[in-house]
This record gives sequence, C-alpha cells and structure tokens, in this order.
Amino acid sequence: MYNQPIADASLVGCPHCDLLQHLPDLAPGASARCPRCNEELWRYREDSLHRTLALAIGAALLYLVANSVPMLGLTIVGRAASTTVIGGAGHLWENGQKIVGTLVFMTAVAAPALQIGFMLAIVIGAYRGRPRKWVGQLLRHHPTTRLWSMIEVMMLGVLVALVKIADYAKVIPGIALFVLGALVFVLAAMQANFDPKQVWDRIEWANEGGRSASAAGRAPGNPMAEASR
Amino acid sequence: MSAYPPTAMQQGLQSCETCGLLSRPAPGEHEGLCPRCEEPLEFRKHNSIQRTWAFLIAAAVCYIPANVLPVLATTTAAGSESDTILQGVILLWSPTGWPLSLIVLIASIIIPSAKIIAMGYLLIGVQRGSVTNNRQRIRMYRAVEFIGRWSMVDVFVDTFTAALIQLQPLMSVEPGPGLFFFAAVVVLTMLAVESFDPRLIWDAVNLKEVAHG
Repeated sequence: MYNQPIADASLVGCPHCDLLQHLPDLAPGASARCPRCNEELWRYREDSLHRTLALAIGAALLYLVANSVPMLGLTIVGRAASTTVIGGAGHLWENGQKIVGTLVFMTAVAAPALQIGFMLAIVIGAYRGRPRKWVGQLLRHHPTTRLWSMIEVMMLGVLVALVKIADYAKVIPGIALFVLGALVFVLAAMQANFDPKQVWDRIEWANEGGRSASAAGRAPGNPMAEASR
Repeated sequence: MSAYPPTAMQQGLQSCETCGLLSRPAPGEHEGLCPRCEEPLEFRKHNSIQRTWAFLIAAAVCYIPANVLPVLATTTAAGSESDTILQGVILLWSPTGWPLSLIVLIASIIIPSAKIIAMGYLLIGVQRGSVTNNRQRIRMYRAVEFIGRWSMVDVFVDTFTAALIQLQPLMSVEPGPGLFFFAAVVVLTMLAVESFDPRLIWDAVNLKEVAHG
C-alpha cells in the first residue's frame, strides 16, 4: 500500500531529528541546514549531472586498471613476489579465512564496482527529462554500496603494510597502487558532485497514479528552472 | 528549550529515508511504501534500540578475542611467532615509523572501543528519555558514523602483509584467528550505527515541548 504524498512538495522532515520545515530555493553551491540539529538537508550542486558523469567514467577506467595490474611487489635475496587487490582477498580465502577474505573482496572490489556502476547508470538514466523507475531503484540502493566501498581505507592499510614489510624486504610499489591513490580522490569528487535531490525531483514515481492525484508534485522538467524561481 | 515547529511524526507524516519525500500513510494504515521510490516507510526504524543493542553487545563480545588472539603468524627459518593487534602496534613503533604505528593504534584499538562506548551512551540517553545535550549527542552520532569505517585499516594491513610475504621456506606470514573477530567487531559496530535511528535522540524533547506547549 503506497503512502499519499502531501500537497506542498517543499515541506520536508529532517532525517536526523524529524523537524518539519520548508526547503528553501537555493543558489548553486549553497546548502540548507536544519535549524535544530544542523544536519545538511540539501546542497545544490552546480552542473551536477555532467560533472558526475565525467568523474564516474574516470573512476570506472581507473578501477579497471587498478584491478588488472599488480599493486605491491617485493624482492628479498633474489626472490620476488607480488599481489593484486583480488589476490589479497584470494589468499585469505585459501588460507582458511573465508569470511574475512569475502569481506575484503566485498569492501575493496565488489562494493566499489557497484558504487561506480550504479552511479554511471543513474547519471545516464537521469539525462532523460523524466528518469525511469529503474533509476530510482538504483538510487535507492546507492548509499549502501557507498557505505561498504572502502577504497580509501584499503589505501591506508596498504601503505601501512608497505612500511611494515620494508623492514624485511625491498618493496616495489606497483602501478595499481598509484592508480588506486588517484581513484580515492576521483571517487570522493564523484560523490561530492552528485546531487540526488535533482534526480529525485524529476523521477517517474513508483506510484504514478498517486502522484497525479495529489497534482502538486514538482513539475517534471528542468530542476534548475524550478530552483531559481 | 526554544519552541520549534512540530516533527513530521507529530503531524502523522513519514519522511522517506532514501529519497526524502514526505508522505502520509493511507487512511487506516500505520505504514506504507514511499510513493516515489517504493521504500518501506515507518515513523521510526523498527526495534531500533533492541537491534542496536544486539549488534553492540555482539561487537563487545568479539572485541575480547579480537585483541587477545593473534592476527598474524610469521614463520621464518628460525621458528614461528604470532602477533596480536597490540603487538603489531608495538612492532611498528620506531623512531621513523611511529606515525604509522599511531594510525594503527587509533584505528584498531581506540576507534572500536570508543564506538562501542559512544553508541552505548547514545542508547542509554534515548532509553532514559534524556532532553539535555541533544546537539552534542547528535554530533557524537555523526562522528561515529563518519569514523567507523576506518577501523577496517588493520584488516587490510594484515591481508596484504600475508598475501605478499609468501617466501617459503625463507619467511611466510599467515592470517591468525584474531583477524576474524576483529573484522566482526568492525562490521557489527557499523551495523549498530546503521540500525540506530538518530531521530530518537530528539523524541523526548518533542514530547516535552508538547507537554509545555
């Protein structure tokens, strides 16, 4: 059973304290905060779709390179070894640490792939005037992929491991290490430029009938025109 | 406490956690689906306090073996030895390596314990109906939410150390049983933060305002 939308589309409840308030129309780059708990309710990101798309494509390319070349190598008295990100998770799996191996795979490989893939699909889908319902389904689950995607944490871990191993052996940083370093910043920029509200405002509703009945949902079309009224 | 406008719940409205749309349950219904994104809606997360306590207690239980059992076992020609997290921190401590040692100490020992204590404090505050320090408490929740993922650092350190140092029979490093419990602490505390509903912090204040207003 679907809930009924309310007539005033600018009325929101703060996600952190539930205070009812009107979301003001913002200038690009400005943000609105809850007067009671200071939660950021909305930040109007300028040119969000184009910038997010560019960064998501960049992130996808970096991700592919990062997972296909070695990340760390070492040499010690004439012997050499190297590993990739997936190799690290695989090693745990083979050595009786299946659960931790799976967790490493999820947080360092699978979740980042979903985070980037979902974002690409969402942004491409959002180029339509009225994005389809499937865009909403992806957008709904995007925060989960973001929560469990831990490339930046892995980078710090790899750096600590590198220094630790440097005591015993000569460490050779692989190409993937530098690519991952770049990916950390591209991913952060991708998330910072994405404005989910601009997509939600235009999206095709799960319950289209309820929307037309309320008749007051924001007009589909250009969110920029809507906000600069 | 200054008077604020009512909350969505006091007006019988539910705000969607994923898309932010405000909507009203259909007549006679208590909850429903978001008409825009189809997310199941509720006024407050279901059994938030019980679920958060459950994850938190499980995390606290795992915290003990995580710190007592070895996370890495090193085998060399001279024999084998195993290190717990704390021993790893001490091992890293050197005139040049101390900043990294400090990172591991903060991420692996201080953050997980601080997270468990902070979430426990927030839960007790909500259960006692506390109306003071709300801003500090919501700030604490946001800090815990932001910083929690960084505890995973030690899992990655041990993963890649073990994956790389495979130079049998010269030297090899294998993950130890403590690693599983440590990873469990990180995941369980993250789930605890996710199942906590920050709006509960303010509900006691809302009730008080209604009583006085």
